[in-house]
Amino acid sequence: MKPGEVNLGTSLMAVTFKGGIVIGADTRTTSGPYIVNRVTDKLTPIHDRIFACRSGSAADTQAIADIVRLYSEMYSVNFGEDPTIRTAAALFHDICYQNKNALSAGIIVAGWDKYEGGSVYCIPLGGSLHKQPFATAGSGSTYVYGYCDKNFRENMTQQEAVDFVKNGIALSISRDGSSGGCIRIATITEAGVDKIFIPGDQVPTFWNKS
Amino acid sequence: MDHFSQGNINYPPQPRSDAFSDPTTQTLNPIVVGSSVLAIKYKDGVMLAADTLASFGSLARFRDCERLYRVGDFTVLGASGDISDFQYTTHLLDTLVVEEYYTNDGHVLKPPNIYEYLSRLTYGKRNKFDPLLNSYVIGGFDGGEGFLGYVGHLGTSYQSSTIATGIGAHIAQPILRKVVEGRENTITEEEAIQVLEDCEKILYCRDGRSLNYYQRAKITAQGVEISGPHKVEGDWQYGVKFGKYGNFK
Repeated sequence: MKPGEVNLGTSLMAVTFKGGIVIGADTRTTSGPYIVNRVTDKLTPIHDRIFACRSGSAADTQAIADIVRLYSEMYSVNFGEDPTIRTAAALFHDICYQNKNALSAGIIVAGWDKYEGGSVYCIPLGGSLHKQPFATAGSGSTYVYGYCDKNFRENMTQQEAVDFVKNGIALSISRDGSSGGCIRIATITEAGVDKIFIPGDQVPTFWNKS
Repeated sequence: MDHFSQGNINYPPQPRSDAFSDPTTQTLNPIVVGSSVLAIKYKDGVMLAADTLASFGSLARFRDCERLYRVGDFTVLGASGDISDFQYTTHLLDTLVVEEYYTNDGHVLKPPNIYEYLSRLTYGKRNKFDPLLNSYVIGGFDGGEGFLGYVGHLGTSYQSSTIATGIGAHIAQPILRKVVEGRENTITEEEAIQVLEDCEKILYCRDGRSLNYYQRAKITAQGVEISGPHKVEGDWQYGVKFGKYGNFK
């Protein structure tokens, strides 16, 4: 990140559960200490049931997501069916790896497809690709590795998964200056995408001396 | 009239140092990395071991990362260093294996071929200042005996009966040499497993970027067998008596 560049400071989470995935993010975009956008939507649609969670440079991740969205639309036209999450993740992976020197992007690709059900793929800074049962990313994620390792279970219910993500993002926000604002959550299953918006005054709070 | 009595932030003009003035620069830093890979020749072939950790700086980021990769039917590639470059290399080798198959001339890529190819590839990229930031261990079975080679990020390559990359080169290599050198044709499978297990235990004790789960690969005339993750138990009991400094009670 260079001085003057706009940064998605960020807390991101993506979790598989029985039936699909839940993704969540904070809503703060910063440029140095100034908050450029306090209601950002970092959960970006790539296809009907594929989303990308963006952290790092706002410009870089927007540009990459736009390209992969184009490729995904062309995939449906050429092959007559939706691309799989694995395909979308591979497209992100290829761009992030081949341009690793020029990009500052940490991306989580998640969604539901009819072959694998819900899947989560993490693409950190170097452009490597990692399929995981759950993933965290962004500057705020460092503060919740312990919370996530303690509380994650395979095959949670949808409500349990939403609570897991909501609390994880809320805890990240509370300790990370580059994360904040509201929480956006999306649940993706066979039935489709369900987006939830939690305004800043309704974000869970935790121990605080006052 | 004094135009500058309140000060003018834009005069005299200064060179800027921000996102829009700096040129893009090459970065040659590895980001998500794997630690040591160990390998030895033994009576029936070769054995490799590598823990299943991919670190992001000091953070133990991905604890289920497989750093031993099968290439064709006779070779295993182990790598330490940047994981994204390792993923690129394994993908490249997969396409090579498929292309060899499609030439349909009965030849397949064997360990010495993979070794030579990686040696040329890494040296060529080093010359263009676009290196693959890995240390590779190529283990396989060919021509009735085991094959073991090393290729580094500068294009350095050599063959040896014991190989260790990363911190393992300092900590484990002397142990591997003591146990294996001179006995390559007599050391049994059990002894080979034991020495690799002992070295992984020591690396877990002394390498801050290691994990107590590791994979093992065995390549013999029968082919490739990758097993694990195996758990390593640390040895902590001596901490009951030792650990203090100075002479106080």
